[in-house]
Amino acid sequence: MSTKYETVIGLEVHVQLNTESKIFCGCSTEFGKEPNENTCPVCLGLPGTLPVLNKKVVDYAIMAGLALNCEIAEYSKFDRKNYFYPDLPKAYQISQFDLPVAENGRIEIETDEGIFNIGVTRVHLEEDAGKLIHEGSIDKSKGSLVDYNRTGVPLIEIVSEPDMRTPAQAKAYLTELKMIMEYLDISDCNMEEGSLRCDANVSLRPVGQEEFGTKAELKNMNSFSAVEKGLEYEVKRQRQLLEEGGEVVQETRTWDESLNKTISMRGKEEAHDYRYFPEPDLVPLEINEAWKEEMRKEIPELPREKYKRFVSELGLPEYDAGVLTGDKDMAVFFEEVLKDYDDPKNLSNWMMGEFLRLLNENNHSPFDSGVTPLNLARMLKLIDEDVISGKIAKEVFEKMYNSGSDPETIVEEEGLKQISDEDELENIVDGIIAENSDAVEDVQNGKDRAIGFLVGQVMKETRGKANPGLVNQMLRDKLMD
Amino acid sequence: MIDKKDVEYAAGLAQLKLDEEEKEKYTEQIGEILDYVDKLSELDTDDVVPTAYTVPMKNVLRKDEVQESLPREKSLANAPDEKDGQFRAPKIMSD
Ligand SMILES: [Zn+2]
Repeated sequence: MSTKYETVIGLEVHVQLNTESKIFCGCSTEFGKEPNENTCPVCLGLPGTLPVLNKKVVDYAIMAGLALNCEIAEYSKFDRKNYFYPDLPKAYQISQFDLPVAENGRIEIETDEGIFNIGVTRVHLEEDAGKLIHEGSIDKSKGSLVDYNRTGVPLIEIVSEPDMRTPAQAKAYLTELKMIMEYLDISDCNMEEGSLRCDANVSLRPVGQEEFGTKAELKNMNSFSAVEKGLEYEVKRQRQLLEEGGEVVQETRTWDESLNKTISMRGKEEAHDYRYFPEPDLVPLEINEAWKEEMRKEIPELPREKYKRFVSELGLPEYDAGVLTGDKDMAVFFEEVLKDYDDPKNLSNWMMGEFLRLLNENNHSPFDSGVTPLNLARMLKLIDEDVISGKIAKEVFEKMYNSGSDPETIVEEEGLKQISDEDELENIVDGIIAENSDAVEDVQNGKDRAIGFLVGQVMKETRGKANPGLVNQMLRDKLMD
Repeated sequence: MIDKKDVEYAAGLAQLKLDEEEKEKYTEQIGEILDYVDKLSELDTDDVVPTAYTVPMKNVLRKDEVQESLPREKSLANAPDEKDGQFRAPKIMSD
């Protein structure tokens, strides 16, 4: 009988904080500058310089810790993590070892299989390293070119407990983290640009066994899909190994997107002995209740709470609530419209339909378009009050999107008002009846569906402006007595 | 206590090349230093909170404000080698 295996995954996530200046010096953190333009004696690690901690970095780390339900340290300090690599000019990285800013948190995630609580071991602060470009391949290069612009950009590292049991859970956890950071507005969280990075520890163990199996550390997963694919591959690889009676080796493996597999980095990295010790150039942090409370006030309603509230209080389907809260600006926009409009489901249909379609087409975020929340509310009211038809509304909406005009002006200028006046429709309806004798006969023979065809003809004739309910009623009155 | 292997390991981490004579000498010297420091462990520190920092200061912070960086020529001025505005480092991987 074959053994059943359980997957165990823990994630280490690095989040670049979106401060203006670096963590220990006043250099700009702006992305995309010429190489080494954002450098100074401090971040170049020149002798005789001293780091001074950026307060906002600590503020953000406290906010992240609180949002992840962590305990915030009353006393925290920095340590040196020592290793030689050209992207690290000081030959050590200032990080936090035994007294991180936050510990013992957890977040709730949801997958198709249900709701899970994932533990957050710790959140600590550190400085980013520079960027290396190898001349030629990494093996055969003669040398490396180094750009220190990224050196000293503030990072938080969020370490999870080994609580995830499937790659889907890992992806959900990472997605939830990203959303929380975006709601807090402390990071751009762009995996492709490297402001969100994820490493994973993966192991398998026989179901029922408490002790963890030997783990592999997985690196270089540069997108959400890479995280899922990389983990799925690695789980399959380890299962196969174990089923064939082999053993998993503890090692670092890198995800190769082009080959669609993980590759061993054994022999390509030195054994780690970072010889951490307290950073003597920085004094400790003491975070009191007042500071914590000040930061707690900065935390908005978080995505998971918002999602639950949209379902329970607004009565939205879970799917709608998920789409709307999945993007902070989308959720904020939605709630702005609701201040002037009181049918959440109808609004949600519009936001997830026409609005999202145009946003995706134009690669816009909700507040980039010409549609203001108030104007969307006004347009929806025009539909509800039968001033315009739902079909015309799509035309109006697109014009609002592109021009920034309000719906009333567009309806007025373009003559798009719905025709709800029987006298005005009378001639048109009579004309359609005269032109479509076959359909008329069908209707009179009880084929109810033919009515729809006739309504469609009237709509066409009026370029969508006729009130379809009224036209339907008029046709019935004329043909079916 | 400490033997030659420890010295070789520490030297490796620090990327120092030591000859045999130096290894012997440092094994002895570092051993003496460690013995001396070890005197501290005679103290009973069970109820003492570990000290991370010896100066009574805390929360030295600056505002998140951008200050001018060095002009790039100056940043690169001491680099033994450079190319296209970047520092050039010798190859990293040994194999
Ligand atoms: Zn700097």
